[in-house]
Amino acid sequence: MERFKTWRGARVLLATLTVSAGALVAASSSVGAAPSGTAFTYQPSHAGGTLKLLASTAGGTLDPQVNYTLQYWQLYQATYDGLVTFRKVSGAHSFDIVPDLATALPKVSNAGKTYTFTLRKGIKFSNGATVTVKDVQASMQRLFKVANPNAGTWYNSIVGAAACLKTPAACTLAGGVVVNPATNTVVFNLVAPDPEFLDQLAVPFGAVLPANSPAKDAGTSPIPGTGAYAFSKYDPNRQLVMKRNKYFKVWSAAAQPPGYPSEIDMNFGSTVESEVTAVENGQGDWVFDPLPSDRLSQLSTKYASQLHVNPLTAIWYLPMNTNLAPFNNVLAREAVNYAIDKNAAVKLFGGTQLAQPACTILPPGFPGHVDFCAFQKGTGTTYAGPDLAKAKALVKQSGTKGMSVGIVVTNDTVNMAVGQYVQSVLNSIGYKATLKPLSANIQFNYIQNTKNKVQISLSQWYQDYPAASDFLKVLLSCGGFNPGSDNSINIAGFCNKAIDAKMAQAETLSITNPAGANALWGQIDKQIMTTQAPWVPLFTPKQIDFVSSHVGNYQFSRQFYMYVDQLWLK
Amino acid sequence: MAEVVDTVAVAKNAKGPESPWRSSLRQLTRNKPAMFALGVLVVVVSVCLLAPIYANDLAHVNPFASNLQGTTRLNGKIVSVLQANTQGLGLGVTPIGPTWNLTHYFLGADNQGRDVFARLLYGGRTSLLIGSVSALICVVVASLLGVIAGYFGGVVDWVLSRIFDIVWAFPIYLLAISLSVVLLTSGLNIGPLHIGPGSIMLPILIIAMVFVPYVARPLRGIVLSLREREFIQAAIGSGASDARIIWKEILPNVTPSIIVFFPLMVAFNMLTESALSFLSIGVQAPAASWGTIINDGLGLLYTRPWVALAPGIMIVITAGSLNVLGDGARDAFDPKAKLRGSI
Repeated sequence: MERFKTWRGARVLLATLTVSAGALVAASSSVGAAPSGTAFTYQPSHAGGTLKLLASTAGGTLDPQVNYTLQYWQLYQATYDGLVTFRKVSGAHSFDIVPDLATALPKVSNAGKTYTFTLRKGIKFSNGATVTVKDVQASMQRLFKVANPNAGTWYNSIVGAAACLKTPAACTLAGGVVVNPATNTVVFNLVAPDPEFLDQLAVPFGAVLPANSPAKDAGTSPIPGTGAYAFSKYDPNRQLVMKRNKYFKVWSAAAQPPGYPSEIDMNFGSTVESEVTAVENGQGDWVFDPLPSDRLSQLSTKYASQLHVNPLTAIWYLPMNTNLAPFNNVLAREAVNYAIDKNAAVKLFGGTQLAQPACTILPPGFPGHVDFCAFQKGTGTTYAGPDLAKAKALVKQSGTKGMSVGIVVTNDTVNMAVGQYVQSVLNSIGYKATLKPLSANIQFNYIQNTKNKVQISLSQWYQDYPAASDFLKVLLSCGGFNPGSDNSINIAGFCNKAIDAKMAQAETLSITNPAGANALWGQIDKQIMTTQAPWVPLFTPKQIDFVSSHVGNYQFSRQFYMYVDQLWLK
Repeated sequence: MAEVVDTVAVAKNAKGPESPWRSSLRQLTRNKPAMFALGVLVVVVSVCLLAPIYANDLAHVNPFASNLQGTTRLNGKIVSVLQANTQGLGLGVTPIGPTWNLTHYFLGADNQGRDVFARLLYGGRTSLLIGSVSALICVVVASLLGVIAGYFGGVVDWVLSRIFDIVWAFPIYLLAISLSVVLLTSGLNIGPLHIGPGSIMLPILIIAMVFVPYVARPLRGIVLSLREREFIQAAIGSGASDARIIWKEILPNVTPSIIVFFPLMVAFNMLTESALSFLSIGVQAPAASWGTIINDGLGLLYTRPWVALAPGIMIVITAGSLNVLGDGARDAFDPKAKLRGSI
């Protein structure tokens, strides 16, 4: 997932991927293991008040089945529920999947192709209507009717999805989502086993909405949900308001805990500089946007108790076009890997407290991650620094010395700074590098399209859900490479049939042996980087949340970041 | 309008009264503000020309290469050019601030660890070069077109005037930004002429072209008026060729106006270059201009304001001096001109 903007097309690549996994034995065993993370304990004495969140711009449509921004996915945690969700706790167990509107995790049968859920009774939407299995069925159909960004890539595994993709308006998912009001059960039938199906139901796209919700993007009109809060007003130029859902009653604190503020407002239109000042002065309670780099030192010194820094399962990297000179030569790619000083990139991001140098594709702590570091001065598994002499020798050996190289970056401060550094390094090892800054609105799609002949770029990837395939398969498989398309998320254009086969093998293995599958994903990561080097992994970033002095109970999910509704006002 | 110069009379009476040129120059040299501005400009240009000596022999820095892991000497100690915050949560990295020591990061470093003062000097060379060369091209092209339109009149005048109108119809910065954005990625390819995307010639040509109507139109007006004067009609009546009339009679009479325009255009063009570079669509990294340095300093305003302030101050000093000099030149060469209101 991209961090700050809607990312519609990237998942289209998955349409071409073969989902080869089997029964949900694996899924349930990997996500349903007994957790040690305990649910939040509600303290009624802290309830009340209006929480003021600040963002420079709105996040687009409010429709949870369309919006694909972290900005609103954070808010959806308190406003919508699906049959399952990610556990609402801090720490590693926030990656666990727990039942939400369903009474329990699904019963899996038919060799992993059938999931049977039982819906909880008595839960109501914020408009007072009771949630029924018909609403669940209609919500799944609606994913196709509103052209959900991932309808064709995630939810196409449901029986009947092919017809829905062809004629969305007439979508019924016949045979795919079968409901029984008498037993309150919902049965999903898949065309093939999908070990990530529950993850895909647990994100906001899987929210259960009233059956009579409009069969089109609801835009700025709030759709009733089942969460502790409900959106009451949305003006993208001014403000988004969330108020308590008066029909909400706690059914599972691990899935949907009660929140503290009486009202949560997200105000738009300020610059991030003024947002920071507002929070310093207690006129706002939280800044959504990345904090300005020139304020970090001051904030970290004067407002240390109000800052919260958490590691993210994300990566900043330089994809090199493996099909275009000079980077169609593996020696040239290795040279750049040797030359770039990842510690320097970390400095540009804000220092070692905000990022860690990365050598691997899978971030530390992510399923499948294995420590190794292929291109550096030393031979250890942690990064020891660049080797410029070796880089220069490799450039010479590759016969690419003197070639022109364009670096495409977004034109914000940090990306530009990293881009300028990369340009300086490429010039120093023998290339003629130019920097091509583009607006963030277009850069992400621009660097994907092979027609633009992008040689090297700066990009970022933030996980959708905790699965190694969400990095390796999405970003580096042949299926992710669609020449001539803006939706070719395999930006490096890296396609290796043998490695693709190994990825398929890992997916199959994840059904019966998740640990073994993760080990295999780790091998794939190492094989790609050490033998092909299609990227320069730069660093794994951390998230900084700056809250006001009168806010307490900060809780952080590794899946959806800060729990907005768990903040209380002192 | 310029005072009419009767070149025939002047030639016949060489030992007579002081020539208009000499008189104007004398008047200019007596204008104290203008001479002070000229002095400031000479200092600015001279200091900027010394940039390589400062960078290579005094500060020993490469102002165009990132130096993120670099060190320097401060109060006898070796310190990092980019200093990690060690207080509180230890977040953030701040470039070294001004040391006020000419041999060690006099104005501090930018976020790439580069010496701001060295870049300021190199940036000045670039900004002044772009400002003056684009002004020269602009004034030459505008004079040519203005004289042709004004002298020949009729269809020629109509066509050229409509072209000026079209260019004039666009807000000047919008036009410059649009051209820069388009040419920045692909460069300029017209027949055998090829200018690469990162070439300094791109902003020079773009800035020169967008200002042409602003100079050409007033000159056209002057020529239109001159053409009706007796000495021009006499030259036409005596059978002189158009080229000769333009060269011998028209140009000497519009030259004072052109001279007045030039310093003003240098100032305007320098400001335009700074604006484009500030928007990342002028001079391209790692090259420096005063506009790019302000852009570099934008993210450091809170901690290292000198990165943005220093080039800003230089722009104000230089553009102000050029304007004062331009005013002095107008008073000396063309006191009746109303050129400033035209731009």
